Amino acid sequence: MRDILLIGINHKTAPIELRECMAFSKDESSTAIDALRRIDGIHEVLLYSTCNRVELLMVADDRSQAVDTAKRFLSDFNNIPLAEFEDSLYVHANDEAVRHLFRVAASLDSMVVGEPQILGQIKEAYRGAAQAKSAGVILNRLMHRAFFVAKRVRTETGIGDRAVSISYAAVELARKIFGSLEGKRVLLVGAGEMAELAVEHLIRNQVAETLVANRTFENGLELARRFKGQAIRFEEIAEHLRVVDIIISSTGAPGLVISRETVKPVIRARRSRPIFFIDIAVPRDIDPEINRLENAYVYDIDDLKGIIEENIEDRQKEAVKGERIIDEAVIRFREWHESLDVVPTIVALRAKLEAMADSEIKRTVQAQAMSAEAAQALQRMMGSFINKVLHDPTMHLKRDGMLGDKSLSLDTVRKLFKLDE
Amino acid sequence: MEAAIVISILLYLLSAAGYLAYFLLQKSYLQRAGIIVLLGGFIFHTAALVLDGIQQGHLPASNMRETLSLAGWATAGVFILLNYRYRLKILGVYAAPFVALIMVVVSQLPDEPAQATRLFKSFWLVAHVTVIFIGEAAFALACGVGILYLLQENSIKTKKRRFFFKRLPSLDLLDSTGYACIVVGFTMLTIGLITGLIYAKSVWGRFWSWDPKEVWSGIAWLFYAALLHERLTVGWRGRRSAIMAIIGFGVLLFTFLGVNLFMEGHHKEFTK
Repeated sequence: MRDILLIGINHKTAPIELRECMAFSKDESSTAIDALRRIDGIHEVLLYSTCNRVELLMVADDRSQAVDTAKRFLSDFNNIPLAEFEDSLYVHANDEAVRHLFRVAASLDSMVVGEPQILGQIKEAYRGAAQAKSAGVILNRLMHRAFFVAKRVRTETGIGDRAVSISYAAVELARKIFGSLEGKRVLLVGAGEMAELAVEHLIRNQVAETLVANRTFENGLELARRFKGQAIRFEEIAEHLRVVDIIISSTGAPGLVISRETVKPVIRARRSRPIFFIDIAVPRDIDPEINRLENAYVYDIDDLKGIIEENIEDRQKEAVKGERIIDEAVIRFREWHESLDVVPTIVALRAKLEAMADSEIKRTVQAQAMSAEAAQALQRMMGSFINKVLHDPTMHLKRDGMLGDKSLSLDTVRKLFKLDE
Repeated sequence: MEAAIVISILLYLLSAAGYLAYFLLQKSYLQRAGIIVLLGGFIFHTAALVLDGIQQGHLPASNMRETLSLAGWATAGVFILLNYRYRLKILGVYAAPFVALIMVVVSQLPDEPAQATRLFKSFWLVAHVTVIFIGEAAFALACGVGILYLLQENSIKTKKRRFFFKRLPSLDLLDSTGYACIVVGFTMLTIGLITGLIYAKSVWGRFWSWDPKEVWSGIAWLFYAALLHERLTVGWRGRRSAIMAIIGFGVLLFTFLGVNLFMEGHHKEFTK
């Protein structure tokens, strides 16, 4: 049975400086895959490289030899002496390699647990390996299991449910207030990366219109163009509060920009439709007292950070459930992987044929009302027939240095005779 | 007690348990189980009422036990309709235990034979009782939605969000469902009062006789009318509307139970 090996570094074992040096671009990784699969003893290769990790997945004959080869290869390819990164490398084999891959794909090993990008990156890497034909029977099966497990973890646990960034947390809150955000109007006061990100999330949630108010009208115009919205003058904020539903404020003003006195009459004019203020500025722009007005809600940066912390805790709790799903999947994969060994396959094949023969013999003996002696003769005949039938396939599977991929043949035999059912 | 009623009570209790489990564990199959079991309970309950009606030859609403049972039936029915109209699945966590509670009370009340059978043969009376109960069921659900609204609003306002924030839907959905319940309830209450007046005229010769139940129903009607009026004119919504829905249901409960228990009047004949 060939070994499944995984070698890599990630954000937990290596600092960014080292990860940068080790990272593979898309072209580089296809070159690397190509080079690695030509090496004797390495049968299947897959490589993924993201900003938080570089991992090399291999199916090889000789574990220690393959690991040494891969280490040397990484060192040569990236032009770093092995000594500089060897301590940061982790090497997993078989069950542990499978588990590691499943955990990565399910985003349990990510810096932000539950972030969805990693699965896409691994799929991309698999596509690369499939194109280079460096993924064979084992990696094909392994990767499909990994995608399946990742999907299961995502749907059966709440790992990706809760927002873990300020801008997503703001959208999550807005949805708890307004339900659908379709048709709602947004006002951005000031500018700033986080605030603009929040506006972009809101636009993706189909808000109707975005207004931008900036002290410098020209800057406001430019931002408004980016959001396909409309710029208003800073002095016009108060009157526009009647028509907007979500206000995101992020100015550098030293004092309050929107006070309780400004908002109080607006609530009545809005006929109590809810209004939601998101205050990202420090010092704050929005009077916190507004939160006490009816149907008005104010969240400042600390409130949002509080939400995120709670959500991260939640995700970690959900991650425990994810580990359970993965444990199960690792065992299932091991069963399949072990079945690819020659002996169990031949045993299973023989058992299947014998079972078929037995039931046919029984029927014939009954139908012909045969004597015990005749039945025994029939049994012996069937036994030697099965031996003859199995002789060539057995020799073929057992032959050392079999041409081509042994696991491919085993897999084919198992499929042809439906041995996995 | 008949088998159908016993089965329906058990199913209601089971449904209530399902919804509570759904609320705590957030597994959608629990909610689906909750509504299906509730539907089962409702079917048995309907069968029991129909059998009762055939046996007695009139609408089974001649004592406290029967009227309460009818009220529970209406609440279950209105909730089932609402469940398919609005996607407010979580309301079951209020409705199912509420119906189950009513029915448990029903099972504890004595089943006295009806006396004033003559009065029950009128179409106007059947219409009056049925429609009023559907209206009251809608108000009961409006009250439940109002409670959920206040819980969710509180968790958003105070920013202590853990438990309810995750489990309850958006304020907007709660508010609009509550409003829909009140509109339905008010329409039914209005029709119910009109049919009641017509029936009173046909039996006692006058529309209105200052019977305590009439008076309290009138008060409840005015209360809900004010609530709707304020919502349409100055936009009473959200928190205020939710509180009003809860108080309004309190008035209604008093009209239904308090008047029966503590006051005299011609409704007494039906609801001993």
